[in-house]
Amino acid sequence: MSKARDLVRSFMLVELFRGLFLTIRYMFAGKFTVRYPEEKAPQSPRFRGLHALRRYPNGEERCIACKLCEAVCPALAITIDSEPRQDGTRRTTRYDIDLFKCIFCGFCEEACPVDSIVETRIYEYHFEKRGEQIMTKDKLLAIGDRYEAQIAKDRMQDALYR
Amino acid sequence: MVDSLVTLAWTVAKVLMVLVPLVLAVAWYTYAERKVIGYIQVRMGPNRVGPRGWLQPIADGIKLVLKEVIVPAGANRFLFVLAPVLSLAAALAAWAVLPFGDGLVLADINAGLLYVLAMTSIGVYGVIIAGWASNSKYALLGAMRSAAQIVAYEIAMGFALVVVLMAAGSLNLREIVHAQEGGVLNWFWLPLLPMFVVYVIAGVAETNRAPFDVAEGESEIVAGFHVEYSGMSFMVFFLAEYANMILISVLITIMFLGGWLSPFEGIFPDRFTEGFPLGPGLHWFFLKTLFFMFLYLWLRATFPRYRYDQIMRLGWKVFIPLTIVWIVVVGIAIMLGVPPWFDGT
Repeated sequence: MSKARDLVRSFMLVELFRGLFLTIRYMFAGKFTVRYPEEKAPQSPRFRGLHALRRYPNGEERCIACKLCEAVCPALAITIDSEPRQDGTRRTTRYDIDLFKCIFCGFCEEACPVDSIVETRIYEYHFEKRGEQIMTKDKLLAIGDRYEAQIAKDRMQDALYR
Repeated sequence: MVDSLVTLAWTVAKVLMVLVPLVLAVAWYTYAERKVIGYIQVRMGPNRVGPRGWLQPIADGIKLVLKEVIVPAGANRFLFVLAPVLSLAAALAAWAVLPFGDGLVLADINAGLLYVLAMTSIGVYGVIIAGWASNSKYALLGAMRSAAQIVAYEIAMGFALVVVLMAAGSLNLREIVHAQEGGVLNWFWLPLLPMFVVYVIAGVAETNRAPFDVAEGESEIVAGFHVEYSGMSFMVFFLAEYANMILISVLITIMFLGGWLSPFEGIFPDRFTEGFPLGPGLHWFFLKTLFFMFLYLWLRATFPRYRYDQIMRLGWKVFIPLTIVWIVVVGIAIMLGVPPWFDGT
């Protein structure tokens, strides 16, 4: 009996029509599309984008060349050279992040004892020449200087949960 | 001499009056497809080129024209170029006999239906030749699949049309439409309901559209018969496919939904169903055609691709027996003059 019913149902195309009505309902539903350059998807303060090196408010760079980030980096994207400065403190002479190797895991930020290396919310950037993907110390510090307000605000918001 | 030149010019003008709107319709049909499928998938579809993306087909066309046509090594050059032309020519030639309104037809020939069947069958040679001439295993597989599929469904389709011409008593498309006069319940979709369904489904299979698009099956054989085509030659295949879809929509309209006839005929008193909005006319023809063109996109957005053996089973074991049985049923109904449809009025 159920076999006969199945046969009738399949000849009446019942299930096909149900599928069609389901899809036509979605045709009139609100669309999820974000029209990207005009609209942007919301971002978390924990967003892990382009890196930056921060400074203390007095202008001194935070990084003390402890090389923990270099050690923790799973992609071996960070290269650090260091030397003592005239005042006896140890500072980096070279701090390179190869963005082609970087996987944006955020471990460097986690490892940093002085909150120097951070990942910012910047995700719109591009390279035009070979070698531009190497973020040097100068470039990283420049990003840090430029976005310090945003970076500090994001750390403040996240501090509650750490 | 002057007379024949005038006739020639007039004929060319008439052909262009059909072909130019057709090609434009094909161009914006591709846009409609992306838009409709996008909307069904809760996306927006193309909306960058021009207002709401309306100029997208022009951008697509320019892109394809500027691309290089690559003929693969070891391909048969002549057949490789011939295949898309053959597809498109067959898809366009069938339009010669389609009546858009009463008397609005390029060639009002008596064997119109037969001519349409012949032309749509030639289209499959384009696919087969393309697959063979490409010298690529995926193209060959796609061509073989679509050949088998089209042969299977063309039989069912042909039988369904045999039922139509039995009911109409004519092979002339204009007379088939006239045979359906008398309101929406007299159109052949109701008296020949199973054939209507068979024809719609077989039409989708015939044009190699989803859910019967195993000839392309991008997840299995990349793009099927047109993997090796690029630029203009690819565009010609594309044109042919969409022209065929519109063609099948028009054929369904003519054969089962009374072409240009008004659905209000016989429901409202006659004096209301004369003249433009409610009377018979081109607008009904286009509305019905648009519905089936939309149905194509709707089906594609809804159903997953059939498995190949299921397609064959549906074609050979369901549609062909069903249509043959229905030929007998309708034949008996006509012989006995069964009311309300077959009593000879």
